[in-house]
Amino acid sequence: MADLQFTVAVAQISPRLGDVEANLAVYEAQTRAARGAGADIVVFPELSLTGYFLKDMVSTVALRLDTPEVKQLAELSRGGALLAGLVEETSDFRFFNSAVYFEDGTIVHVHRKAYLPTYGLFDEGRYFARGDRIRSFDSQHGRSAILICEDMWHPSTVYVAALDEAVTIFCPSTSPLRGVSDDQDRDNNARYWELLNSMYAQTFSLFIVYANRVGFEDGVGFWGGSEIIDPSGTRLAKAKYYEEDLIVAEINLKSARRQRVASPLLRDENVDLTINELMRIRNREERQTAESRNLKTAKR
Amino acid sequence: MPAAVTSAEPSAATAPPALVRRILTAFIADEVRKVGMQRVVVGLSGGVDSAVSAVLAAEALGADNVLAIKMPYHASSAESRLHADQVIERTGIEALEVDITPQIDAYFERFPDADNMRRGNKMARERMTILYDHSARWKALVLGTSNKTELLLGYGTLHGDMASALNPIGDLYKTQVWALAAEIRVPEAIIRKQPSADLWAGQTDEAELGFGYREVDQLLYLMVDLRYSRAELAAAGFAETFVRRVGDMVRNSQFKRRLPVIAKLSNRTIDRDFRYARDWGR
Repeated sequence: MADLQFTVAVAQISPRLGDVEANLAVYEAQTRAARGAGADIVVFPELSLTGYFLKDMVSTVALRLDTPEVKQLAELSRGGALLAGLVEETSDFRFFNSAVYFEDGTIVHVHRKAYLPTYGLFDEGRYFARGDRIRSFDSQHGRSAILICEDMWHPSTVYVAALDEAVTIFCPSTSPLRGVSDDQDRDNNARYWELLNSMYAQTFSLFIVYANRVGFEDGVGFWGGSEIIDPSGTRLAKAKYYEEDLIVAEINLKSARRQRVASPLLRDENVDLTINELMRIRNREERQTAESRNLKTAKR
Repeated sequence: MPAAVTSAEPSAATAPPALVRRILTAFIADEVRKVGMQRVVVGLSGGVDSAVSAVLAAEALGADNVLAIKMPYHASSAESRLHADQVIERTGIEALEVDITPQIDAYFERFPDADNMRRGNKMARERMTILYDHSARWKALVLGTSNKTELLLGYGTLHGDMASALNPIGDLYKTQVWALAAEIRVPEAIIRKQPSADLWAGQTDEAELGFGYREVDQLLYLMVDLRYSRAELAAAGFAETFVRRVGDMVRNSQFKRRLPVIAKLSNRTIDRDFRYARDWGR
């Protein structure tokens, strides 16, 4: 039986780039602090065990899920849950930007980032293999899904997670600050994320636990501002911008119930309608591809 | 003077100084301390760019951890020295003066025909060697003072004033540096005066470049940051000759913004397929 009420902490840290040992020590200290503040679940940012701009270090900091470091994280989760961001190496030597959910000493779920940004300042597609699934999972604290950073910029991922019955979305993130164009206390990217998080929480009547990092890597800063949002869009906790922080909030799944009673949008969601339209769009694209191929053949 | 551009275009000058200040001081503290250092040295010319870098560093690291080095040549203006002293006085940072006249003059005695450009570059590189020498003496990093406008235009000396370990203002156009300078209380006279490399009497950047910073910043902002096409820039009111000239300056100075080209032989060539962050392990 899942707890309807539990406490979540977000550890907004500044990892050392490529230094897993140092970052493990930070995980330990932060988990202790979060537990001291009453947290059942401690959420860490994307790739916070390794740092972000790893480039050619990806293969050297990668961890198989049966390694001592990962066991250490599992131990750290005893008495609660812990969400870690790391480079996962598979038995066939692929490397994923993964988030691992540990509960009371065991791995409950692994999400592999499905959308790897490879544009502008991002180069993830060069270094990582792409995750191919979005799955909600059950834990002692209800049903949840993990989406990593860029995943959330594709609304289909949240849509799938919500239809897969997630009531909480954990979003570990490493979001670079950028765009300082008008008179605000935070950059444009921070404001876009805040809009996105509160929109998703309300649209899908679920909790959003957004865990971003801070610090700089080669001059690129990360804006922090981690937040925990309830299904009405209310911010239950908000971390500082641009500075390390630890935030804690109590999640009561009953407030998702209340929201879904008032606006049963998810109940009314017509999955068949969506699938049919998506199939039509996919078939049209396939047809167009075939037609253009035939056209080229005919020209010859 | 502001260019005659239509007001409908987004403006480069709107970066919020308070937020920029917060980010840049955090940047300096983070990037200096994580490499195990506490201090920076900065060449203080009396101009607004080095004043802004120095003040930001004093805020980020504490005045005791910032060493400003004034490196005048005999032809440098008295006003420059006065303005540098005002920054030192206002911030309480450490200061040192090294007159570069003897070594510059000794060198050009052998090459008396050298033009202003060669002399200017030599002075900039002389100053660089002094900054790096004192960074070793003082266990400090060299703080950069090049703004985005001059970096894009190539209006700086390679391995001279462009050399540094970290540069807080390299993503700010000159007009944005002015706005930030006002926010962090750089003396008004430094913000108001005509920018100059101060390599010879009466030299000003804008006279040498042939256009004003406000005008070129707005063009660069639309051209670089917003990727406007030539046609869009023309529609925004920029003369075609001006656009072409600035575009050429950016392209022709690309070499100054990169490491030297390396002939590829192995499977892992530095900066080609040997890729690590500068903050590797930090």
